[in-house]
Amino acid sequence: MKEKLEALRAEARAQLESCSTAAELEALRVKYLGKKGELTALLRGMGALAPEERPKMGALVNEARSEIEAAMEAKVKALEEAELNRRLEEEQLDVTVPGVAAPMGKKHPLSQVLDEIKDIFLGMGFQIASGPEVEFDHYNFEALNMPKNHPARDTQDTFYITENILLRTQTSPMQVRVMEKQQPPIKVIAPGRVYRSDEVDATHSPLFHQIEGLVVDKGIRMSDLKGTLELFAKRLYGEEAVVRFRPHHFSFTEPSAEMDIRCFSCGGKGCRLCKGEGWIEILGAGMVHPKVLQGCGIDPEEYSGFAFGLGLERIVMRRYNIDDLRLFFENDLRFLEQF
Amino acid sequence: MNVTKGWLADFLELNESAADIAKDMTMSGSKVETFSCWNDNISNVVVGHLLEVVPHPDSDHLQICQVDVGEAEPVQIITGAQNIKVGDYVPAALDNSLLPGGVKIKKGKLRGLPSNGMLCSLGELNLTTGNFPECIEDGIMILPGEYKPGTPIDEALGLNDPMIEFEITPNRPDCLSVIGLAREAAATYRRPFNKHIPEYHEDTADDIKNYLSVTVEEPAACPRYMARVVKNVKIGPSPLWLRNRLYAVGVRPINNVVDITNYVMLEYGQPMHAFDYRTIRGKEIRVKMAGDQEKFTTLDGQERTLQSSMLTIADGEGTIAVAGIMGGLNSEIENDTATIVFESANFDGVTIRKASRALGLRTDASSRYEKGLDPVMTEGAINRACELAELLAGGTVVAGVLDVNNDTRKPRTITLRPDRVNAFLGTEIEPTFMKDSLTMLEFGVDDSKSPWEVSIPSFRDDVEGEADLAEEIVRLYGYNNIPTTLVQMATTQGMLTPAQALQKTMNETLLACGYSEICTYSFISPKVYDKLLLPADSSYRQSVVISNPLGEDTSVMRTTALGSMLATLSTNYNNRNLEARLFEPATTYTYTGADTLPYEQVEYVLGCYGKNESFYTLKGAVEQLLKATGLKPELVEFTPWREHPTFHPGKTAEILYQGEVLGFMGEVHPLIPAQFELPEGVWVADLYFEKILAAAKPAKEYHPLPKFPATARDLAFVCKKSLTVGSMEKVIREKGGNILESVALFDIYEGKQIAEGMKSVAFSLTFRAADRTLSDEEIDQKVKKMVDGIVALGATLRS
Repeated sequence: MKEKLEALRAEARAQLESCSTAAELEALRVKYLGKKGELTALLRGMGALAPEERPKMGALVNEARSEIEAAMEAKVKALEEAELNRRLEEEQLDVTVPGVAAPMGKKHPLSQVLDEIKDIFLGMGFQIASGPEVEFDHYNFEALNMPKNHPARDTQDTFYITENILLRTQTSPMQVRVMEKQQPPIKVIAPGRVYRSDEVDATHSPLFHQIEGLVVDKGIRMSDLKGTLELFAKRLYGEEAVVRFRPHHFSFTEPSAEMDIRCFSCGGKGCRLCKGEGWIEILGAGMVHPKVLQGCGIDPEEYSGFAFGLGLERIVMRRYNIDDLRLFFENDLRFLEQF
Repeated sequence: MNVTKGWLADFLELNESAADIAKDMTMSGSKVETFSCWNDNISNVVVGHLLEVVPHPDSDHLQICQVDVGEAEPVQIITGAQNIKVGDYVPAALDNSLLPGGVKIKKGKLRGLPSNGMLCSLGELNLTTGNFPECIEDGIMILPGEYKPGTPIDEALGLNDPMIEFEITPNRPDCLSVIGLAREAAATYRRPFNKHIPEYHEDTADDIKNYLSVTVEEPAACPRYMARVVKNVKIGPSPLWLRNRLYAVGVRPINNVVDITNYVMLEYGQPMHAFDYRTIRGKEIRVKMAGDQEKFTTLDGQERTLQSSMLTIADGEGTIAVAGIMGGLNSEIENDTATIVFESANFDGVTIRKASRALGLRTDASSRYEKGLDPVMTEGAINRACELAELLAGGTVVAGVLDVNNDTRKPRTITLRPDRVNAFLGTEIEPTFMKDSLTMLEFGVDDSKSPWEVSIPSFRDDVEGEADLAEEIVRLYGYNNIPTTLVQMATTQGMLTPAQALQKTMNETLLACGYSEICTYSFISPKVYDKLLLPADSSYRQSVVISNPLGEDTSVMRTTALGSMLATLSTNYNNRNLEARLFEPATTYTYTGADTLPYEQVEYVLGCYGKNESFYTLKGAVEQLLKATGLKPELVEFTPWREHPTFHPGKTAEILYQGEVLGFMGEVHPLIPAQFELPEGVWVADLYFEKILAAAKPAKEYHPLPKFPATARDLAFVCKKSLTVGSMEKVIREKGGNILESVALFDIYEGKQIAEGMKSVAFSLTFRAADRTLSDEEIDQKVKKMVDGIVALGATLRS
C-alpha cells in the first residue's frame, strides 16, 4: 500500500508538471483529490491494514494530499500568470493613432497678454477701470493740458464725431475720469481700445489697444514711478530684463519719460528688431502734470502721482514675432489657434 | 531735425563720436533717431591727379590715364569718359574700394590692358550738380580746386561731417535749430556754450528808409516783423562748406541768397525769406489778410486760391508771399538780383497752421511757425543773414532795420523749492547742481531768495511751473540716477469688479465650450446694415458717424456686432477652415444725440458653422454660458421669435430670464449667406452682458449629496409637431413639485409608427426627496398629474 501511495504521488507530480490548461488541472484535481479520487480510494482501502498501521498510513496519505494540493495551487498561479501574459501579449493598441480631440476655444492673443498684464497689476494692488471710447474732446485733450490748436495734438491723428466728440486717441482720458470720481489714494490701470486715423498696413491700425496706469497719493515720487514700472517689466519680461528711462514729452505729465527695455533679441548690441539702438521702447510715463491734478480737483501741493501708458499690440507682436498687425483683427482660426 | 556734428561744434567743444553724442543727448532729453555720414558706404576712394591721358589703342572711346593717387608710382586707370584732361583732380576708386549702393570696385582688364580702379562721376558718389554746380552729371567729376593726391575723397570734399537726426517733441520748437541743440549739447556735457554774434559792415551813408516801409495790419497774427536790405549782392553758388552742410541735413543748395535763408533757418530756427527788391512795388511791405478767393502763384509755380483768414505779405499793389508758408513767384530771387530784402518775422502759430492745412501746403517754415516761435529770435537771425550775405554774396548791408514789434509777452519768473523738487523726484540732488543746470539752459536763477526765483528765457514758453523746472534739472542729472523705490501709500485692493469677474467667467466658459475669442473693429460700413437685411427704419441704423473716416468701410460706430461676427465667420470659411466656433465680447455704440456720448455696452456674440454644428449645439453653449453665470437653468426660457430680419423666423429664439430679455439666437436668414459669402447653416447668438450681469448670481450654492435613493420614470407622448418640448417640460416641472429632481428630454421621434404631422417626445424623470425614500404611490400620483397636464395640451401618452 505504501508503494502504491508513492507511485500515486510520483504520477500526480508528473501529470501536474505536464498539465497546461485550467481544464486539465481541474481533471487532475478530481482524479486525485475528488471524493471519488484516488487518494480517497486509498484511504478507504486502509481497512485492510492492521490497526496499528492505520495511523501511520493515514499520516502518509494526508502528507501526500498536502503535497498534491500545494503543487496544484502553484500550478493554478502559474497558469493564471501565463494566461495574463498571453493576454497582455495579444492585446496591443496602435498608440500612434491620433487622439480624439476635445473641443477647446482659444483666447485671442491680445487678451492673453492683456490678462497677464492685468494680473501683474492686480497683484500690485491696482484696480481696473474702463470708460467710453467715444469721448469728449475735453477728456481726451483739454483736461490733459492739450487745448485746441495745441501742437501736440498733431501727433495724434484724430477721428472726430462732432467738434467736441471724438474717438479717444489714447486711454489717458481715463486718468481724468478716475480722478474726477475718486479721491486719492488712487491706483488703477485702464485698458481699452483707442483710435487714430492711420491707414491700415502691417504696422498701423486705426484701432489698437492701450493700457493706462495711474497712481495718485500724498508723497508719490518719480522714483516710485521707476520702481513700479521696472517691477512690471521684470514680471512681464523676466527677472533678467534691463530697463532704462529717458526724458520725453507728454502734455499731461511733467517730468515725462519713456521706458526702454534692453533688446531681448541682441542683448543691447543693436540688431534689426531694435533698429540698431540696442533698446526697445516699451511705454511712456511721467509725473501727473499739476494742471491735470488741479483740473480734477486734486491739490498738486498736497498730492502727486504718476501715470503711464503702453501699447498692447506692439508687446504682443514682439513676444511672438508677429510682423503684421492686421492678423489680430482678421481672426483667422489658423492664426488664433497658434496661441 | 537734422544737424551735423561740425555745425554743432561751431558752438561748443565737441570731440565725441556721433554715436556717443546720440547716446548722451538721448539720455538728456534730445532723442536721436539716427546718425549717418556720406562716407558710411564709401571706402578707398581718393583724390587722383591725372598725369597722362592717352587713347586706348583698341578702342575708339576708352582712355588710359596715369593717375597720381599719392603713392610712389602712378596707377593706370582706364575710363570711358571724355571730359578729362591732364592736370585734372578726380575721384579715383582704387582696387578693393566701395561706392554707394554697395558697389565694389576691383582691378581688372579693359580691352586687354590693366585698369587698377575707376574714375568716378557725381552719380557714382551719390552726389548731384546741386552739391557741385561746377561739375557735370554725364562724365567724370572734375574736382574744383587743387588737392594733395591720395587725400580720402570725403575729406577732400568736406563730406566727412556726420549728420545726426533728432526727434524734437512739440514742446521744444527752440530745438528745431542748430543753436538750440548746441545749447542742449553744451548742457549735456556741461561745457561752455559759445554764442556767435554776427559781424558785418553797414553802409551808413544809406538808410533802409530810402527803400522800404513796413506796416503790420494784423498785430495779433504777426507779433514781430523785421526787414533789412542788402544791396550789391552777386547771385552765385554758395561755398562748398555751406552747400555740404545743407546737403548733409537734406536741403538742396540753390544759390547763395536762397541758401543763406535756409542756412539761417536751420541754425537759428527762424524761418527767413528773401525778396528781390526790384519786384517790390510802392516801396512798402504790408502784413495783411488775403483777399477772399484771391489767386496767387507761390514759388513752386502753383497757383493757389487764398482765403481771407490767411495772412499774406503784400507790397504797394498786391500779395508777394503767403506769410510763414511760401514766397511768391513774383518776388523770387533771380540770377541778376542785386538788392534783396531779408524778412525775419514771427507769425502766430494757429493762423499759419490753419492756412497751411487749408492750402494743403506744409513747408519747413510753416511747420516751424505752427509750433509757436520766439519773437525775440528774429533779430539774431536777420543779423546772421546780413553777415552771410556780406561774406558769401559780396553784399553791402544798408544801415537800419525795420522792426515792428508787437510781442506782448512779459518776462516771466517762477519759484523753485530745491527740497520740494528732491522730495517730488525721490532724489538728493545738490542745489548747486540744480542752479548750474538751469543756468546752462539760460534760465536766470536767483538763489538768494527762498524759494528761488527763476526767470524763464524767451524761447522757453513751455516752462510754466516748478514741475517743468524739476524736469529740466532731472534730465541733466540723468533719469537713470534716480533711485528705484516702491510706492508707499495707503493699501489699495487689487481686485476685479463684479462685472469684470463675470466677464472673466463667461470668457472662460466659452473657451471651454470650444469657442475662440475674436477681436474686430468697432467701426463698420453703413452697408453692413443692408447686408444684415435690416429695414430702412431699423433703429440699428442710427449710428454714431465719424466725420473724417479713413473710408466708408470704417465710417460708423457699430450698433450691433452681428456684422462683425458674420464677416469673421466668412473670412474663416473662405480661408477653408472647415468649422468655426467664435465669440466676441463686443462693444456696441448706441446713438443718444448729437451732443451726448453714445451708450456703450458689451454684447457677447457667438457664431458657428461646420458639419457638427446645429441650432442645438449653439444653444448648448448658450445654456452652459448662462449656467456658469449662476442663472438657474430651469428659469432660462427660449421662446420662438420672428422679429429679427437677419434671422430665420422659424429657427430663432428669444432668450428670457424671469421676464427679462437676455438676447437671442438662431440660424441666420437664408438670404444672409449670399450677403456675407457664407455656407448654408450658420448660427449666431447675441447676448446683452448688462442684462446677464443684472441677473447673475456668481455665488455658488452647495446642496448636500442625497442620502435617499432616487426613482426614475420615463414618459413618452405623441403630439403634434407644433407642440413645443418646452411647454411640455414646463408642465412636468410645475406638476412635479419639489420631489422632481430632474427632467431630461431623451428622444424626439418622427417617422414610422407615428402618424403624419405628429411626433413622439420622451422624457426621463428623476424623483427624489431629501428626507425620505419616496413611495411608488407618491410618485404615481405626481406622474398622473403630469400626464393629465400634458394630455390637456393635446398630447396622448404613448404606452
